[in-house]
Amino acid sequence: MTGPTDPDRPPRGPLRRLLRGPARSPRDLVGGAPRATYVLRFDGRELPASAGQSIAAALWGAGVLAWRTTRENGAPRGVFCGIGSCHDCLVTVNGRPNLRACLTPARPGDTVTTQEGTGRAELGV
Amino acid sequence: MPNSASDGVPCDLAVVGAGPAGLAAAVTAADLGLNVTLLDAGERPGGQYYRRPAPDLGAARPEVLHHDWAAFATRKAALRAHASAGRITHLPLHHVWTVVPAGAGLLLHAVAGPEEEAVAVPARAVLLATGAFERQLPFPGWTLPGVIGAGGAQAMLKGGLVLPGRRIVVAGSGPLLLAVAGSLAAAGATVAAVVEAAAYTAYAGRLPALLRNPGKLGEAATYGGALLRHGIRLLTRHAVTEAHGAERVEAVTVARLDRQWRPVPGTGRRVPCDALAVGHGLVPQLELATGLGCATRLGADGAVALEVDARQRTSVPGVWSAGETGGTGGARLALVEGEIAAHTIAGRPVPAALGRQRARLRAFAEAMGAAHRPGAGWTGWLREDTEVCRCEEVPVGPIREAVRDLGARDARTVKLLTRAGMGWCQGRMCGPAVAALAGRDPDPDRRPLSCPVPLRRLAELPAEES
Repeated sequence: MTGPTDPDRPPRGPLRRLLRGPARSPRDLVGGAPRATYVLRFDGRELPASAGQSIAAALWGAGVLAWRTTRENGAPRGVFCGIGSCHDCLVTVNGRPNLRACLTPARPGDTVTTQEGTGRAELGV
Repeated sequence: MPNSASDGVPCDLAVVGAGPAGLAAAVTAADLGLNVTLLDAGERPGGQYYRRPAPDLGAARPEVLHHDWAAFATRKAALRAHASAGRITHLPLHHVWTVVPAGAGLLLHAVAGPEEEAVAVPARAVLLATGAFERQLPFPGWTLPGVIGAGGAQAMLKGGLVLPGRRIVVAGSGPLLLAVAGSLAAAGATVAAVVEAAAYTAYAGRLPALLRNPGKLGEAATYGGALLRHGIRLLTRHAVTEAHGAERVEAVTVARLDRQWRPVPGTGRRVPCDALAVGHGLVPQLELATGLGCATRLGADGAVALEVDARQRTSVPGVWSAGETGGTGGARLALVEGEIAAHTIAGRPVPAALGRQRARLRAFAEAMGAAHRPGAGWTGWLREDTEVCRCEEVPVGPIREAVRDLGARDARTVKLLTRAGMGWCQGRMCGPAVAALAGRDPDPDRRPLSCPVPLRRLAELPAEES
C-alpha cells in the first residue's frame, strides 16, 4: 500500500522526469496499476492481459499485431484504424466471429482465435 | 418493438456523439433548461479526442496523454451533475444507425450494448456531433501488420496503454502527426522520424489566420518542443512511399516529394522500423446527416463536410451539427460550436464571444486544411498491384482499368465494376483514394446504415417505419 507520505513513492511531475528520464512504457507514463491481470487464451497460447483493455490492446500488449487472414489472399491483418471504422481487426471470440477487436472488451476466460476469411468456415462460404 | 429511452415522450434535444462538440452542446443545452438525451457509441464520454483508459486499467495520471484536459474535466463534471438531476439522459454504448423525420420531430434508431438491443429515441431537435475518421492514402505495403492509422495508434495508446512497436515512423500529413509522435515518444517508443508530405511554408500565405490564433501557435510550439526534446527528425515534403516486411512491417521507404506530392525519383531511402503510424487528415463522418438530406460542401482540405450556418444549423430544419462534421477544426473549435448550437436550439442569442472564437478558429482550420490537402501527385507512389480497397483486396490495376477502359467517372461506378468500397468498411478507408483515381473530388458519403445492425433488429421495426 502506498500513500502520499510513503517515502518510497517516486516523485511526480517534472521532478520525476528529471530523476528518472523519459517514460519507458505507457504504463510508466500514466502511473498506477491495473485492478487485475489475467490470462487470455489466443490460438492455444496464454497471453497476459490487464483488466479494462480491449481484445486488440491485450493482443498488442503481448506483441501480437495480426489475428485475421483475408478472404482472398489469406494475408495477415490486425488493427488499422483503431476506432471501429475499418473492420480490419475482426476476430473470433469464444467461437463468435466478426467482432471488432478494437471495440470488444477482453474478459477473463475469453478464448480468442485467428479469424480466417469470413469467419464462417462451417458454412462453407 | 424497439425500447424507447423516453417512453415515447420526445426530448427537447438528442445529441449524437459525446466528444468535445456533443459534450459541450449537451451540458450547455441542459444549463439553458433543455431536456437532453446524449447518445454515444463509446463507453465513456470524451470521444476519440479525450479517449482514456477504462477505470480498471488504473491509470493514475491519464491526463498526461492529453491536451486541454481542464476543458474536458469541467464538462464531464457538468454532465454528471445534469445526469443525476435528470436533465441529461446519457446513453453510452449506443450506436445510432439512422435518424428519420417523425411527426413534428425526429426519431433516432440505435443499437445498444453487446447484445445490440434496439433503442428508439424521439426528439424535437437533433445535434449531429459524430466527428470524423482518418483519411488514408494507399501505398505499397500499407496492409502489412504494424502499419496503422496515426489516430489509431493514438487511440490504442490513450485507451489501452499499448504501443504497436518500439521503433515507429509517423507519416502522412497534418498537425495530428506531431501530436501522435509526441505521445508515442512520451510513452517510451523511439520515433524514428515524422514524415510530413506538406511543406510548413504553405502556412506562410495565410498569416492573418495564424496571427489571430495565438493559442494554435502555442500548441505548435508545444509539439515542436516535444519533437526537439525527444530528438525526433521532422522531414517535410517527404512521404512514406512503401512499407517493407513479410509478416509485419520491418522498414519503410521515405522519398522526397515535389510540390504536387509526386515522389522525386532517386530520393528514396530505407528507414528501419517495427511500426508505421500513418494518416492524411480526417474525413467527417456524415452518414446520419446525408441520410437526412443535409447539404454538404467540399472543405479546403478536400474532404466533404456539412454546410452549416453561423448558428450551426444544417440545411434540414431541426438538425444541427457541431465539430468535425462541419469540417475538421480541432477540439477547441468543437467545444465552441457545441455551445453555439446549444444556445440556438434553446432559442437564446449566441454570446458574441463564442461567435468571434468560431470565426477565428474556422479561419485557422481552413488555412490548415488547405496547407495539408493531398497534392494530386500522390498517386505517383502507387504500383499496379498496390491494394487500394483493404476489405475486398482490390489493387490499383483493375481500378485504373475501370476508369481508363470502362468509363468509370466516380467512386460509385468503380465500386460496381471492381468491388472497391463494397466490403466491411463500406469504402471508409479507400473512398478518398478511389475518388482520386477516378479523377474526381470525393462524393458525400451515403450509407443507409451508419454501423452494422443485426437483421433481426431491422425486422423488428414497426411496418410504417421500415
